[in-house]
Amino acid sequence: MHASPIMATASQNGNAAVVIEELDKHFGNVQALQGLSASIHYGRLTGLVGPDGAGKTTLMRILTGLLEPNAGRVTLAGYDVVRDNDAIHVASGYMPQRFGLYEDLSVMENMRLYARLRGMDADRNTELFSELLDFTRLGPFTERLAGKLSGGMKQKLGLACALMARPKVLLLDEPGVGVDPVSRQDLWRMVQALTGEGMAVVWSTAYLDEAERCESVLLLNQGQLLFDGPPQTLTTQLEGRSFRLQNVGAERRAVLTKALDLDSVSDGVIQGAGVRVVLRAGAETEQIQILADQVQVALTPVPARFEDAFIDLLGGGPGGTSALAERLPPVELGSDIAVSCRNLTKRFGDFTATDNVSFEVQKGEIFGLLGPNGAGKSTTFKMLCGLLKPTYGEAQVVGYDLRRATGAAKSRLGYMAQKFSLYGLLSVRQNLEFSAGVYELEGQTRRERIEEMIDTFDLSNWLSAAPDSLPLGLKQRLALACALMHRPPVLFLDEPTSGVDPITRREFWTHINGLARKGVTIMVTTHFMDEAEYCDRVAMLSRARLIALDTPDALKQGAATTEKPDPTMEDAFIHLVESAEQNEEVNT
Amino acid sequence: MTVTPPRTNETSGQVADARRFDLRRLRALVYKESLQALRDPSTLLIAFVLPVVLLFLFAYAVSLDAKHVRVGVVLESEGASAQTLAAAFSATDYLDARFVHDRREVADMLVSGELRGYVVIPQDFEQRMALRGSEPLVQIITDGSYPNTANYVENYSRGIVQSWRTGLDVGAPPLTIMLEPRYWFNAELESRRALVPGAIAIVMTIIGTMLTALVVAREWERGTMEAVLSTPASVTEILIGKLLPYFVLGMLATLGAAALAVYVFDVPLRGSLAALMLLSATFMVPALGQGLLISSLARNQFLAAQIALFSGFLPAFMLSGFLFEINAMPAPIRALTWLIPARYFVESLKTVFLAGDIWAVFMLNLLAMAAIGALFFVLAKRVTRKNLEN
Repeated sequence: MHASPIMATASQNGNAAVVIEELDKHFGNVQALQGLSASIHYGRLTGLVGPDGAGKTTLMRILTGLLEPNAGRVTLAGYDVVRDNDAIHVASGYMPQRFGLYEDLSVMENMRLYARLRGMDADRNTELFSELLDFTRLGPFTERLAGKLSGGMKQKLGLACALMARPKVLLLDEPGVGVDPVSRQDLWRMVQALTGEGMAVVWSTAYLDEAERCESVLLLNQGQLLFDGPPQTLTTQLEGRSFRLQNVGAERRAVLTKALDLDSVSDGVIQGAGVRVVLRAGAETEQIQILADQVQVALTPVPARFEDAFIDLLGGGPGGTSALAERLPPVELGSDIAVSCRNLTKRFGDFTATDNVSFEVQKGEIFGLLGPNGAGKSTTFKMLCGLLKPTYGEAQVVGYDLRRATGAAKSRLGYMAQKFSLYGLLSVRQNLEFSAGVYELEGQTRRERIEEMIDTFDLSNWLSAAPDSLPLGLKQRLALACALMHRPPVLFLDEPTSGVDPITRREFWTHINGLARKGVTIMVTTHFMDEAEYCDRVAMLSRARLIALDTPDALKQGAATTEKPDPTMEDAFIHLVESAEQNEEVNT
Repeated sequence: MTVTPPRTNETSGQVADARRFDLRRLRALVYKESLQALRDPSTLLIAFVLPVVLLFLFAYAVSLDAKHVRVGVVLESEGASAQTLAAAFSATDYLDARFVHDRREVADMLVSGELRGYVVIPQDFEQRMALRGSEPLVQIITDGSYPNTANYVENYSRGIVQSWRTGLDVGAPPLTIMLEPRYWFNAELESRRALVPGAIAIVMTIIGTMLTALVVAREWERGTMEAVLSTPASVTEILIGKLLPYFVLGMLATLGAAALAVYVFDVPLRGSLAALMLLSATFMVPALGQGLLISSLARNQFLAAQIALFSGFLPAFMLSGFLFEINAMPAPIRALTWLIPARYFVESLKTVFLAGDIWAVFMLNLLAMAAIGALFFVLAKRVTRKNLEN
């Protein structure tokens, strides 16, 4: 490829690795990208940020030459993505959103395959291989099948394969999804090293704390570019609008509801024992100050976050009142303990997935289960809701022993699975009817409950639609409606907001907070650290063991150092997991 | 980890490489596919266990030979002639006769499927026999819901009555010409000998079409295709890398099936092994091509399996002349069979096993298979693109 015009384009744009001009892309009637113009530079980490369905993946696929634009022009490393498609595949490394490697091949076999596909010889490039293995810390696992790696290690392997033959532009599509904070930190470290050496890296994400770490951000919403520049530029516009109501304590959920219902408040979340609010543009602090005085807590200004700016750009978060919780009668239970387990253990052959875990959860508590991938969260969770039989130990839900009265216990709990587990071939109404049916609701009650759910979750316009065709937020509402049909006193949520955008997530938590205030006990697993902040208490699992169990604030305090006096939940997580691993190594 | 900042001349070289068909990339893809095939128990199950099961089924369980067909013989007449006729029915191996005196008894058994037909020797049988110039009447009732068996019962009963009559007219000159049949290629007329070679075509269709369609669809389903498509590997390399291992697998399965046929099922291989392998290799072209075409249309395994079943397996089973003779089919269906590659293969297989190397037959069939295969490949190449656009 010695054609000069391409070289000329490359030099014209100076340091630009990717140039996008008036890009349009549609699928049938759906406009995925609209009039997009931007450039991405070498030696820089560029975040491609936006809620679900914003067009991030479509843009990534166009950049790698896997999709063709309907209008406009895109060049990558000076090559046109359509005309010089072959060159694009040489100049770029791409890591798809879904793990794209062969699960039945080992780490080494996958790497060798990708090396050869990119014109390298594993035997002659041993140096590169050992560098990559070192870099990704996959060295000890070369013989392991890729399918048996944890989520974080899979992503690192994907990165290693995408880095083969040293691409000039590295495109990573949501590498942080389903990856625990420790592995996420590793990925960041690797990517930062690469940009330091001149590579252009594009990292797409729906996590806004990730966006904040990027040097430059392209913010997409519904196919349109809302912002292009360093995240700080956007964040500074919000300066002076973020506040925290300190140490609200037990009343924090009620306070959040009240705060969100104020005209002057655009967005609010719970942070441990406090409530963090963002005021609308031009709004005074008067209303929120009155609220703070009412509950007798201090109102402190806090630095703005990228997430604040994002929600603000999209017009603010949802209101604070949950129509669902309003209608629910308060939960009455015989005992104050809703869920408990003692010495809970699960072994699969030689492998211990859950090792001697004990805890008690109070009625009306939001209880979080956190831990790195493969720590045993899901196994523990599944034993608590009766989907797995423990090898040893016992678990109780509202007084029923899960080993003996599985059926009775199950009828008293609601379960919302990770992927929502809705029936794609049934309509929305049929899904509701089905879940009413499995929970043995009949006649009048059944009709009333279904109507109630349709009403509270605003599903009436979608009744005959297939769940798969719904936007994610609606799908989530429907899944929640199905799980709550029988008004269970205990609700289990397994990574309920994985891959869901911040606005939908807030709406979801409004309902969950409302339910907790009515006395519903919530058990939740999550990878989102800001969701852990909503919990009353958090149980941290690592390598099958319970390593910590406390309030989010206490966990954060435990991780405080002189350099980091005010650690985030993520810092606390990393601190806890790493010190648990060190302890284990010392002991063995 | 050192990443060199953009160096244009180096990339230009790599870009030029990317545009050439590259044997190293192909080798890497073939190696990967072989590892996957060897590690996936379902592949080995389909390639080696399924053929054995199929061959055993066709060799032992499926039989087109009608022997011991259960029929009833209703003896309404008690006369001596009637008795001898009844004896003739009980003497043959081909019918399993059951004697009763009342037709109501057998009528129920025919309805319940215990009998496939019955013969009535009526009360006036003796009287009619006695009268010169009058033919005795024997009634044959058959189960028309099994047309083949019904035909068979009718013809055989006719035959028995006829030969019984010839035996009676001792003095009369033999009016009928005796036919002395000889069955070529399959002297004992054992259907197994015709079925087992044909079953190899079924096995090859399963491996070539079904397995290929499944493994390509699996790459789409698991998202691995997206990652491979983003590398410099070309569509041709990716597809050939997919097909080669399954071609080899198909040939190995053929060898295995042929060995079973010859050594276990006693089917003679009158032609040469080389001819058999050449025919099989040529059949793999349309079989793989069809699998490839299916997989580029259906990007999930379930759909791919369904399409492969209906467009590959069933036609190979029913329209290839394997189970049902093509000459017996109505004209439109007969015309349709010209499009089924398995038809040429089944004919060739029967020839190479039962008759020998008859190149006049082979050449036409080879040409037809190659032509259909080429058509599939051209279509598949046209619908497969190196991107995710539909």
